[in-house]
Amino acid sequence: MNGTRPDKSKLYYPKMPATWWLKKSSYLLFMLRELSSVFIAIFLVVYLMQVYQLSRGPEAYVAFAQKLSAPGWVIFHILALVFSLFHSITWFQSTAVVMPLRIGAWEMPRQLMTGLNVAALIAVSIVILILFNTLRG
Amino acid sequence: MAEPTITLNVTRYRPGQDQAPTSQRYTIPYKNDWVVLDALNYIKDQLDGTLSYRWSCRMGVCGSCGMMVNGVPKLTCAAFLRDYQQQEIRVEPLTNFPVIRDLVIDMSDFMDKLKSVKPWIIRKTEKPLSEGEYLQSPAELEAYQQFTQCINCMLCYAACPVYGLEPDFIGPAAIALGYRYNMDSRDEGKDLRKDILTGHDGVWQCTFVGECTEVCPKHVDPAAAIQRTKVDAAKDWFTSYLLPWGQK
Ligand code: SF4
Ligand code: FES
Repeated sequence: MNGTRPDKSKLYYPKMPATWWLKKSSYLLFMLRELSSVFIAIFLVVYLMQVYQLSRGPEAYVAFAQKLSAPGWVIFHILALVFSLFHSITWFQSTAVVMPLRIGAWEMPRQLMTGLNVAALIAVSIVILILFNTLRG
Repeated sequence: MAEPTITLNVTRYRPGQDQAPTSQRYTIPYKNDWVVLDALNYIKDQLDGTLSYRWSCRMGVCGSCGMMVNGVPKLTCAAFLRDYQQQEIRVEPLTNFPVIRDLVIDMSDFMDKLKSVKPWIIRKTEKPLSEGEYLQSPAELEAYQQFTQCINCMLCYAACPVYGLEPDFIGPAAIALGYRYNMDSRDEGKDLRKDILTGHDGVWQCTFVGECTEVCPKHVDPAAAIQRTKVDAAKDWFTSYLLPWGQK
C-alpha cells in the first residue's frame, strides 16, 4: 500500500541556508571533519615524497627536509596535526558508542571511555617521544 | 493584574497560493503547564482555524507532533512553554522535509525508507506451529530492545545534516530499525537488509555528527545503531573477501 501522496507540485522544498553549519557546534565540527580530509591527504602525499627522497640518499633527504622547514610548511603541519588529533578523538568517541564496556550490569560511561582512550594515546605518544630521543642519543 | 502572555511566531505556507513560507505571530495566554502543542491548539480553536499541524496522542507516543521549536527538532507535546525563557517562541515545520501546508511536512520519503529496511522478522523457513513460540533470553531481548522504542517522529532526520545534503541517505531511524531486526535472535533476514543498510545510501554516508541521538525523544540512539552496523559490515567484508574460508 502506498497511501495517498501529496501533489508534488504544491509542496514547498526547503533549501538548507548557506550558513546552516554555523548553527550548531556539532554541525561545525562535521564541516571541519570534512575539510580535514584535505589536510590529511596532502600530509600523506608529502610524507610519501619524504620516504621517496630518503630512498634516494641522505643529501636528497636533507635538501627536502630543508624545504619543509619553510614557515608555510610548518604551519601546514601544525594544522594537519591538529586535524588528525581531532580525528582520533572522534574515533575514540565512536569507539565508546560501538563497543560499550559492560562489567556485570554496569556500563562504563561513554565520556569516561573516550577519556581513557585519549589518555592511552597521550601515554603512548610520550613513550614514543622518549624512545625517539634516547635512540637519537 | 493582566494575564501573562506569550507570542508564537509560526511558519505559514498555503499550497498553490504562497511561493514560499511566511511567518505569522500569535499572542496567546501563557500557562505554566502548557506545552507548545497546547499553544497551537489554542490558536486553532480561538484565533485562527486555518492553521494546520499534526498531532494525536499528546503524550509522546504517536510521533506525529514533531516540529522545530526555536530551531531544534522537538515533540511539541513534550516541549513546555516554561522551558523557553523568552517572550517569543519560533515554531517551524521539521527541516529537511518538503512542506505540505503550514507545519505539516511530507513524510512519504521517510515511509519508503522505513519499508526498504524490511522491518519485520524474516525466517528462512518458519517452524511449524506445533513446535511452539520462538524463545528468547533476557540477554537476547536486551540486545535490540532499546531500538524498538522508535516512534517514527522523524526528529532525527530533521537534525541530520547528511540527510539535508544527501536526501537519498536512508537516515537514522530507518537504520536503527533495520539494526533492531538484525539484532533480533529470531530473525534471519540480515543478508536481505545488507544492500540497503550498507549500500551506497546506507550507513557509510554517516560521518558521526551524533545529533540524531541528541534529539531523539525516546533514547533510541540511532547513532550507535549506525556505527555498529558499520563495524558489522566491515567485519563481514573481511571474512568474505580476505578469509574466503571463513564464510558460512
Ligand atoms: S530514532 Fe528517535 S528521533 Fe528518530 S524517528 Fe525514532 S524516536 Fe524519533
Ligand atoms: S502528539 Fe503524539 S507524540 Fe506528540
